[in-house]
Amino acid sequence: MLCCVCKEKPATVHLTQIVGEKMQKLDLCEECAKAKGINDPTSFAMADLMLGLGASQELDPSAAGAELKCPRCGFSQADFKKSGRLGCPECYRTFAEGLAGLLKTMHKDTRHVGKAPEALRQSRDNVDRLKALQKKLAKAIETEDFETAAQLRDEIKAASSAISVKATK
Amino acid sequence: MKDLHAFLISPAEAAQQRGPHDRIVMSSRVRLARNLRGASFPGWAKKPERVRVLEIIQPAVSSLPGMADSFAESMDNFTALDKQILVERHLISREHAAKSVGSGLVLNREESFCVLINEEDHLRMQALRPGFQIREAWTAIDRLDSALEKKLDYAFDNELGYLTACPTNLGTGIRVSAMLHLPGLVLSEQINPIIQSVNKLGLAVRGLYGEGTEALGNIFQVSNQMTLGESETVIVERLEKVVAQIIEHEENARETLLEKKPKVVFNHIGRAYGILANAHSISSKETMNLLSLLRLGVDLGLFPNTQRALVDELFLTTQPAHLQKQVSDKLSAEERDLIRADMVRDRLKNVGRPVTK
Repeated sequence: MLCCVCKEKPATVHLTQIVGEKMQKLDLCEECAKAKGINDPTSFAMADLMLGLGASQELDPSAAGAELKCPRCGFSQADFKKSGRLGCPECYRTFAEGLAGLLKTMHKDTRHVGKAPEALRQSRDNVDRLKALQKKLAKAIETEDFETAAQLRDEIKAASSAISVKATK
Repeated sequence: MKDLHAFLISPAEAAQQRGPHDRIVMSSRVRLARNLRGASFPGWAKKPERVRVLEIIQPAVSSLPGMADSFAESMDNFTALDKQILVERHLISREHAAKSVGSGLVLNREESFCVLINEEDHLRMQALRPGFQIREAWTAIDRLDSALEKKLDYAFDNELGYLTACPTNLGTGIRVSAMLHLPGLVLSEQINPIIQSVNKLGLAVRGLYGEGTEALGNIFQVSNQMTLGESETVIVERLEKVVAQIIEHEENARETLLEKKPKVVFNHIGRAYGILANAHSISSKETMNLLSLLRLGVDLGLFPNTQRALVDELFLTTQPAHLQKQVSDKLSAEERDLIRADMVRDRLKNVGRPVTK
């Protein structure tokens, strides 16, 4: 039996996990097992491993061509298959297409909610506010509430100047 | 370099630290993963780039207000034994212990913050608290992260959040975990259904010192798996709820065992005491499992004159690297088993037999 990661060397490490009624089996060679930290009980976690492996198997090579390489760091799809890790932050843009399906299986959602760096948070909030104001303005015009519309127009002006100040800073 | 052992809190002091519900929750931890924009992740970066990243991050972390007087060192300056001691203290991961040039560690005086530089990500910062203090740990690490983001340019994407080397950590980069001592659930054979239901909530349960469900020393670690699509607060609150429920189940299991099967409980604890107090050779695995029963005995009032801290201290000092540190010669596993048994016997000589009326 060949190792299910490198598909080159014979598998000597066999793992079985039963989750609910589903049984998952992994057969690894010694080197790949080591690379995945299986000889190391304290850091070993089947779930991580499965996700990591699943990652390499599910990253769809046809989505962007097998030879795709990150322009910043030179990391390739084949490298991801080996390690289950990416090369640099830019890789997320390079391999976006192939990663999309994978992220869906790993996480609750594919859009981040929660903390953001302060500087970005402010601009993000401003953009959200601007969008909300523009919606209100459209509605005010539609209902011919020109008094509110004038007020909203001023607020939009203020909000968008705040964004452009941030952008030029 | 500063002397690590002079810096570290001694095992005796560490065992004295108290926290809410610490008879079941041994410790709480929140970890955040962060990376710098425009730099390769540590696993892909060449040595010069890793060194450059370390030289940017380490001073930035050390200069934070909460990190004054901290221990900051490059991983190549540690001996293999010292790294192993840090692993046994749960301050660094095994993965980090394998690092050398271009990776580093910043640990504050109280050991409440421990920052790993160039582990799998550029930054793995963790807040540690004794007992059940998940929320406090989150607040603390959130504050540290907010202070640090003013000094470092984090890789962040509006859609995907904080970008991490492994896609499993993407988004919030958060890992919230609690270390639980659950002998009651193990003895009453309720642990497997509990683990299964916790898994269904998207949380992982790991044995701390071994894979599978029969965790060494009946110690389990519960943590979140998903990091993208939910806010930190939602993740923290879910873990808090689940841990609170596990605490309740464990307390109930102990009560029921004492009520329905007192002989089984007394037998386990009595035998554990008998072996620990009289053995002349004992492996670290057996020690852990028996100490767990002794700890349960203390919790149930079977050792009225003994503090739980004594057991917790032994949990630490009987580990291989801690044991090795106490003697100068390099020990084989067999020699360690002899010295371990001597030490345990000596420490338990004033602990009377369990009182079972």
